[in-house]
Amino acid sequence: MELIKKTNIDFIGMRKFSFLASGIMAIIGILGIIAIARGTANMGIDFSGGTSMQIKFAQPANSQAVRDALGKAGIKEVELQEVTGGNQILIKMHKSTGKSADAVSDALKAGIPGNSFTVESSTEIGPSIGEKLKQDTLVAVALSMLGIIIYIAWRFDFKFGVGAVVATMHDVLAMIAVFYVLHREVNILFITAVLTIAGYSLTDTVVVFDRIRENMHKSLKDPMLTIFNRSINETLSRTIITSVTTFLAAVSLYLFGGEVIHDFAFALVVGVVVATYSSIFVASPIVAVWEKKAVEVEAA
Amino acid sequence: MKGYTWRISLILIFIIASCVYLTPTLVDTLPTWWSGLLPKDKIHLGLDLQGGTHLVMEVETQKAVEGSLELIATDLEDSLNAQNLRFKKVARLGGDKVQLTLYDRGSADKVQAMVKKKYPDLEALPVFDEGGFVNMQLRINEKEAQVRKDRAVAQALETIRNRIDQFGVSEPVIQREGLNHIVVQLPGIKDPKRAIELIGKTARLEFKLVDESVNAATATASSVPEDDELLYEKRTDPATGAVSETPLVVKKKAMITGELLTDAQIRIDSQYNQPYVAIEFNSTGARLFDQVTAANVGKRFAIVLDSNIYSAPVIRERISGGSAQISGSFTEKDAADLAIVLRAGSLPAPVKILQNITVGPSLGRDSIHKGLMAGLIGVLLVVSFMAMYYKISGMVANFGMVLNILFLMGALSALGATLTLPGIAAIVLLVGMSVDSNVLIFERIREELRLGKTPHAALDAGYDKAFLTIMDSHVTALITAAVLFQFGTGPVKGFAVSLSLGIIINLFTSLVSTKVIFDAFLERVHVKRLSI
Repeated sequence: MELIKKTNIDFIGMRKFSFLASGIMAIIGILGIIAIARGTANMGIDFSGGTSMQIKFAQPANSQAVRDALGKAGIKEVELQEVTGGNQILIKMHKSTGKSADAVSDALKAGIPGNSFTVESSTEIGPSIGEKLKQDTLVAVALSMLGIIIYIAWRFDFKFGVGAVVATMHDVLAMIAVFYVLHREVNILFITAVLTIAGYSLTDTVVVFDRIRENMHKSLKDPMLTIFNRSINETLSRTIITSVTTFLAAVSLYLFGGEVIHDFAFALVVGVVVATYSSIFVASPIVAVWEKKAVEVEAA
Repeated sequence: MKGYTWRISLILIFIIASCVYLTPTLVDTLPTWWSGLLPKDKIHLGLDLQGGTHLVMEVETQKAVEGSLELIATDLEDSLNAQNLRFKKVARLGGDKVQLTLYDRGSADKVQAMVKKKYPDLEALPVFDEGGFVNMQLRINEKEAQVRKDRAVAQALETIRNRIDQFGVSEPVIQREGLNHIVVQLPGIKDPKRAIELIGKTARLEFKLVDESVNAATATASSVPEDDELLYEKRTDPATGAVSETPLVVKKKAMITGELLTDAQIRIDSQYNQPYVAIEFNSTGARLFDQVTAANVGKRFAIVLDSNIYSAPVIRERISGGSAQISGSFTEKDAADLAIVLRAGSLPAPVKILQNITVGPSLGRDSIHKGLMAGLIGVLLVVSFMAMYYKISGMVANFGMVLNILFLMGALSALGATLTLPGIAAIVLLVGMSVDSNVLIFERIREELRLGKTPHAALDAGYDKAFLTIMDSHVTALITAAVLFQFGTGPVKGFAVSLSLGIIINLFTSLVSTKVIFDAFLERVHVKRLSI
């Protein structure tokens, strides 16, 4: 079976559209990063500090009743989220509220007497831990990007290294953009997903770059853009098939993996799609345009 | 001859090793002959999968330094008294100094000589006059303070370990992290609240004389004499649960402290059926207790734990023999926990809980169940897709993927790694990614076949040309996985472990395992068309 026969699509030629689309994505992503830095994004308590609890009631309970019960005990500014199925409610409080998981349990016991509950999980995180985690995360992201540039620059050349990193950054920004627009929670699992996708996207990009390099050695006479286009087309089948299998795995995590990793799996699904797009439409076109300019300057 | 016998043996060895390492995880009770060098460790489940509590605590090390300065101050006081040197006051000043207030310069010189001999590590600041008195300050230098802080954390770690051991938790993790953090993991714990109270209690036990000359009912913290302090005795009515507080003014200086204990046990008062804690002093403690009770018959003696008075009984007679009891209004659980903390010793400084993650056992089970479910469905989807798309070659790739999972699980248990829910997610994701190398190779082979090569030549060319690409892509993926491993904690680390191991194993299965199947097959059977 073959999904993709021999193709001859002018991907580089589409760069005007793809750069525009990616540019918009990237700008939203940067807005998202600004929101994260200012703390106005939907931050997980592992970054912001605070308390989160997952509570399972014996009978159906709506979030308004929970909110009232907590309000009566002086616990305000809570974020509640009903989990579909199983009478579960997620409670999230940021550090400013300053109430502990025990206080919440007591308030619920007093406020909703007829409905017993169990605390499925509770997480309390002090602000200093959140700050440390933020710093560690920044260092982690920076280090992995640096490691990648160095490796690609060593295996290919500097332009390819930059192209790969730009494509990877694009994916990171796009994932942030999606989470920012959908107001999903940014927590340490999301960062993990982002870094995983960064690795995955890079794999994709490297495969295309490899082919470009091979073809550049093979046919020295062809114009740059032709070589780039041909290489993308030749590897297109592989790019799509790998994306499909990874996508299938990520989707099954998203659909069947449970509440705890729901957002994480969602980030992976988004990431796989974005990474596939970027390795075709972003990474190579950037290098192609750059190489072409370099060749033209040499010729002139 | 392509030398595939060694490759097949290698694969077989890996398969057998993986199965051996996985046996303890998969089999509930190991057969009796399973002994000796055979592995017995199961794959560790992270707290998110088996339920439990993860705590990060900060030891307030500055308090430990202050505490030791206070000890020095008390000790100096005693020495000055012993040598009949007159002084007005000896006290800790700020976070790093002890100040001695003396009456004249003459005694200051003597004191200085004595201090130099006794505490050579303390730095003596120049003596200065103030309000008709002579002030002498001793400063603990940064390095010395750091040593004390460090010791405090080590000691706290030891104490917490003792308490947890006595509380009875299976496979706890108690580790120091960074300068002053302690990480505690208590898997499968039933009553996390009680455990946290037990671990976090400073448990500084002090016996202090009650100062009856001051009316406690009207006293405030500022109105009590300088060497006294105002503390409260809390009593919980067992019937109503109401808490009453009785103020008591006690001497600041503790006559006896908890360091002098050798044992503490819970006992039940046969008369009132009330639990109490029986304590035993060591010889120094017993002698001190004997002296103090002898000298203070008729006075009240307050038993203070972390600045709360448990009880303040009247000393009826001299108590020799070194045993005493702490009674108060507590439940049996409270008394049992008190006995544990007294036995395990006090923390050198208070600890603050920075992070407390508790996962209930049912959520953990649910997560395992759903994670496995998602994995199974993912595998099925990928397997059917590959079989459909690449036919028999696809099945070879699928076989490689199954090997991948087997090796990965085997490696996880061999390394004693911890499996977390994100770790399971990484494995599921790897299912998708692991066929990637084979896809790369297969697409290459298809290209070579299109060029008109024979199956065998196409296969070799496909593997050769794909090799560098596979290396490059794996190394880059490994870079990010390694960074995640370095910086991640808990669940994220579990993810990174699964991911990086998976990447390395995948390199092996795709370049060796699946290739050998093709090679062996093509060697024996003359194939005209490759099913790809």
